Amino acid sequence: MSDVVLSVRGLSVEIPTRSGIVKPVDGVSYDISAGEILGVVGESGAGKSMAGNAVIGLLNPPAHIAAGEIWLNGSRIDNLRDEAMRRLRGKHIGMVFQDPLTSLNPLLNIGDQLTETMLTHLPISRSEAHQRAVGALEEVGIPGAAERIGSYPHEFSGGMRQRVVIALALCAEPSLIIADEPTTALDVSVQAQIIALLKRLCRDRGTAVMLITHDMGVIAEAADRVAVMYAGRLAELGAVRDVLTQPQHPYTQGLMASTPLASQGKARLHQIEGAMPRLNAVPEGCPFHPRCAYAQDKCRAVPTPQIAGGHAACWFPLIAQKVS
Amino acid sequence: MLVPTDRTKGIVMALISVKNLTRVFDVSKPWLNRVIERRAKAFLTAVSDVDFEVAERSTYALVGESGSGKSTIGRMLVGLLTPSSGKVEINGVNLATEIDANKVDVIRSDIQMIFQDPFASLNPRWRVRDIIVEPVVARGGDATGLAEKLLEQVGLSALDAGKFPHEFSGGQRQRICIARALSSEPKLIVCDEPTSALDVSVQAQVLNLMSDLKDNFGLTYVLISHDLTVVRHMADRIGVLYLGRLVEEASPEDLFTNTKHPYTQMLLKAAPRMDGFGREADLPEGEIPDPINPPPGCAFNPRCPIATDICRQERPVMRQLGDIRVACHFAN
Repeated sequence: MSDVVLSVRGLSVEIPTRSGIVKPVDGVSYDISAGEILGVVGESGAGKSMAGNAVIGLLNPPAHIAAGEIWLNGSRIDNLRDEAMRRLRGKHIGMVFQDPLTSLNPLLNIGDQLTETMLTHLPISRSEAHQRAVGALEEVGIPGAAERIGSYPHEFSGGMRQRVVIALALCAEPSLIIADEPTTALDVSVQAQIIALLKRLCRDRGTAVMLITHDMGVIAEAADRVAVMYAGRLAELGAVRDVLTQPQHPYTQGLMASTPLASQGKARLHQIEGAMPRLNAVPEGCPFHPRCAYAQDKCRAVPTPQIAGGHAACWFPLIAQKVS
Repeated sequence: MLVPTDRTKGIVMALISVKNLTRVFDVSKPWLNRVIERRAKAFLTAVSDVDFEVAERSTYALVGESGSGKSTIGRMLVGLLTPSSGKVEINGVNLATEIDANKVDVIRSDIQMIFQDPFASLNPRWRVRDIIVEPVVARGGDATGLAEKLLEQVGLSALDAGKFPHEFSGGQRQRICIARALSSEPKLIVCDEPTSALDVSVQAQVLNLMSDLKDNFGLTYVLISHDLTVVRHMADRIGVLYLGRLVEEASPEDLFTNTKHPYTQMLLKAAPRMDGFGREADLPEGEIPDPINPPPGCAFNPRCPIATDICRQERPVMRQLGDIRVACHFAN
């Protein structure tokens, strides 16, 4: 469990625009170990997808990595050339995106897509690749894999398509999977199946998973650790149980309290007033201070250090306040 | 079967009464393809034989997965689609068959709708003021100062009236949609997934706003959602749909603690829980079947853990169990 697969250090992504440089990701650091699921949560615009895309080198220009280092299995990958990065993707990093229909080629049957991926990355023969493709489809739970391998993506339902995408991501046996909102387009019952599948594969193969989602419930059930992002920065990072039950950052606390819970009944929901700042107008100091109920002068002036003290990037983490 | 109970709290009149509502869509291929490929016409039954009543000043929620027909019912309630059979009565008037234009006009202005995607449901070339007052102006009403007043009621500034929709965030746009829905002083608002395009913290703001407005204006909501937590928070009465059929209807308390239908039980188990750390849920079996060829008998039988022969042959009728209505042969 302890061998670190992905290590991100001080990652910043910048986009030069006409009105100045915006930073959708600003000084983010985290590690993911083998067999571990790191959940990345945040609201839209928090930079969680951008942080994932930076790791796989899929930033759309003019967005680029401005600072920081990304290490995969002990070698640095953020400064690789396009060609070397292309070989790395698929072989060492698998990807699962939100919409399974757009991540599959509609003109190739799924068997061809799987064998092509394996032939590109693994030194095996075509017949062996075909064998493995059937095995991969069986593993992700597609009934009658041997017969369905010649089917096209449109012949599968949404949940089955996402299983195919997961099989595709896993077929070259990568050490890291980046799953960006893998269940957002799916129904609740299918979502439960896909999350269970990801968890099982991760456990059996020791694959590290970066699970990007906005759904706290999914994080609670699937992730081992969770990173909460706000305005491009890490607000909180820690074991999932600690962060969700005893949040130290006021933003995490607000996020948890604004989710309707069974225990609350019909009481009013907690509101975090305002909205996330636009990226070209991130406030000085702690980016959350204009919406924070506990903000003090220090929060308005001094930027919070990355994860100060406990597991929150906050000058006055909530646990400390309770004590004093 | 639909007895008014104490849940209506003294208000006996049902604002909406839906009886045997069915909607069938023709999804056949073009005729030449049918001739060449020797195929029969294909029909998709999106809504099949649905009955329910909504009491005035209450919130009725329709939940279900994609393809369960919840949005189709919503569109039939407001008159955007006509029923294939059965009827929708609002205040005793059936919009699809009523011929008295005055009556139809009155009812129409009592109904408004809020859609899921606040980016697609506002005209990008119109100013917010024009968008909000359109339901009033279209009927020749006086709308002086109305937009400004409504904007403040939904938590925006009166100065926003001169702006365009692109200047607002998703949550603010949904507030504009709500202001527009309120402008004709409706009794009923059909909300089709009003918060599923929004972030959690913004969702809380919009849900709180909807609750406040309901109290202030005496509104009735039909809330269409796939999110069980939202539904539980908002609704007075919940109807669960599966493959176009109403399978269970109960108060939130009953539905979540005294669940009768196996499908509802499966949904509740599958929904991710905030306290479900490392939970290995009992996984639901299979997926929603093809609605063009639904299974015979009870539509849920291929996925149901307690299905027997009768479930494969006979469609269960809606039964009343206390305050709960359920369509299952074995519920008790």
